[in-house]
Amino acid sequence: MGDAARHANAGSMHAPEGAGAALRIRGLKKAFADVQAVDGIDLDVAKGECFGLLGPNGAGKTTTIEICEGLTAADEGTVELLGLNWQTGADELRQRIGVQLQETQFPDKLTVEEALRLFRSFYRNGITVDESIKLAQLEEKRRSRVGGLSGGQKQRLAMATSLVGNPELLFLDEPTTGLDPQARRHLWDLVEELKQAGRTIILTTHYMDEAERLCDRVAIMDHGKVIAMGTPKELIATVGGEDIVEFAVSTPVPKGEGPGAPMSGSFPPKQSLDGASGLVLNTEALTAIPGVQSHRVDASVHQLSVSELHTAVPRIFAALEEQGLHLSEFRTHSATLEDVFVRLTGRNLRDE
Amino acid sequence: MAQRQKRAKGGHPTVDCAMKNLETSSLFQLTATRLKLTLREPEAIFWIFIFPILLAIGLGIAFRNRPADVLPVGATTEQLTQALAADKGLKATEMDESAGQHALAVGTIVLLAEQSGNEVVYRYDNTNPDARTARMIAGDAIQVAAGRKDVVTAANEQVHETGSRYIDFVVPGLLGMNLMGSAMWGLGFSIVDGRQKKLLKRLVASPMPKWQYLAGYLMSRLVMLAVEVVVFLGFAKLVFGVPFRGALWELALLCVLTSLSFSALGLLVASRAKTMEAVSGLMNLVMLPMWILSGVFFSASRFPAVILPLVKALPLTAAIDALRGNMLQGTSLAQLTMPIAILLFWFAAPFAVSIRIFRWR
Repeated sequence: MGDAARHANAGSMHAPEGAGAALRIRGLKKAFADVQAVDGIDLDVAKGECFGLLGPNGAGKTTTIEICEGLTAADEGTVELLGLNWQTGADELRQRIGVQLQETQFPDKLTVEEALRLFRSFYRNGITVDESIKLAQLEEKRRSRVGGLSGGQKQRLAMATSLVGNPELLFLDEPTTGLDPQARRHLWDLVEELKQAGRTIILTTHYMDEAERLCDRVAIMDHGKVIAMGTPKELIATVGGEDIVEFAVSTPVPKGEGPGAPMSGSFPPKQSLDGASGLVLNTEALTAIPGVQSHRVDASVHQLSVSELHTAVPRIFAALEEQGLHLSEFRTHSATLEDVFVRLTGRNLRDE
Repeated sequence: MAQRQKRAKGGHPTVDCAMKNLETSSLFQLTATRLKLTLREPEAIFWIFIFPILLAIGLGIAFRNRPADVLPVGATTEQLTQALAADKGLKATEMDESAGQHALAVGTIVLLAEQSGNEVVYRYDNTNPDARTARMIAGDAIQVAAGRKDVVTAANEQVHETGSRYIDFVVPGLLGMNLMGSAMWGLGFSIVDGRQKKLLKRLVASPMPKWQYLAGYLMSRLVMLAVEVVVFLGFAKLVFGVPFRGALWELALLCVLTSLSFSALGLLVASRAKTMEAVSGLMNLVMLPMWILSGVFFSASRFPAVILPLVKALPLTAAIDALRGNMLQGTSLAQLTMPIAILLFWFAAPFAVSIRIFRWR
């Protein structure tokens, strides 16, 4: 996760402005009944870019992408794709974009080849059915019925149906949700391949690792708003350290917090020094260590963001020992987009 | 099929080109997909092809025309009994008066002939057609036995007319019912299935022309229709000798019109429903009254005059009236304007409404 090498090959940082805009959103709003699903979004995606909308379920990602796909009408704001809009250029746009929706089930009794031949017939130009089968690596399954495909294969078929028209702009809505790890990696490879071919891709996901691995730029959404935007590297840099140290102390048990408190509870004690005041743990001794950028505690697990792990960790151990505290847990990981989300919202991405 | 033809005539450029056009025609692909999906559903095949034939066989056996019944009668004297037994239409038993009246009451005989002196008294129920027939035969038989001579010589020539049997009546009814069921189920279920599985949403996100989605259904329906009508009517003709008195092309036209009307109704029923349960309920709500009221198994004109105009306005009644008119009476289309107008209405109105209210998601 987030190793330096991968960030390095994340490639060119596209300037979002310019004539080459594949997608341009201004002031987008959409409400369903009493829920403001999308609450004033501005986005620019350059041609050739892989752009990710990252956020928890219910953040407004799918609504945003469906407005872009012309499936949902916006209440307010403008959406421009490839220099066209849905009011005047719908037919043209449908020919030029590719769409993968969440949870589309193709008819069980149709074969892979038949489904693709059907979708291919909708497009004036595009790749051949054979090419799309090859692209989605479904050669062995071309005569199998959709009902007999695995989850990953179904998802690759969905991907193939969105590719038969050779789209300039590809929308993928949660392409790997519900897939097992191997199928996810398989699909990531496929997306990488499409990126390399220079296609513009806009995808939504609630997996941070997926966004980090695939996207040139990411917009983090929460409650219908974009709360952060940039390259994964830039966003992770905002956490303040490259690594995250997590630990828990077993004695003495802090008052007010039960010993059995859940590890990743959804109620966020924000950076709360109130919570920490019940502890005998002196957080200032920790944040004073060179390289330790910040401290927060979430359900009795302490998190430090650290920039020089190799020198900081021994000092953290020393500081804790000095205070007579016994470590019950200790782990470190490279900072991820998850940590960015946690820093921005105080909540975990996985929590709904 | 297309594949095979292509290989066989591979070298011919125009054929190749035509094949390619079909391959890339979205209307053709939608139609072909719809057909494949229908044919790969074994239940659908049963309901569309097998069920109407089974029903026709069952009804044909139950209501087959038997030779004229021999009527059981009783008589109080040996002389009378012999006179009655002389006629092949009667089965006469000798019994005394009280036994005879009991037999009459329980229905083991339909008529009791009693002799009192030189007079014969016939006891029978004159609201029972069998009893009235027995009265006439018995009267003749006794008079002839007593020495009556006919003044006019008569000869009998027996005719068995097809077209007036129950099976002749019920085949157009079953045809109408089958056209209704296959059109409504065919459209209704698969549209709602597609909506539930988000396939409809995926299709509108593609450049597919929306009208072609519906047109694909209608065209595949026409292909299926041709097969199911030919199979069913062919069976009825071969096995039961059901008559076709009207022009066949007019019959074909009536079948197409009927199928279109019910396709439109199926579309209407499916235009909003989100679950299979919902669409099943709606479908039964629409079809059940017609199964009962529209004269599939007995003439719709048996219903009270008050509701008759309502019954006549139902699409299935109109369809069956028109089909019976064509097949049994040889009525031409020009004389069937009323049922045709009703069918056209039931095509246009639901179609117009469903186009307005149809939901793709």
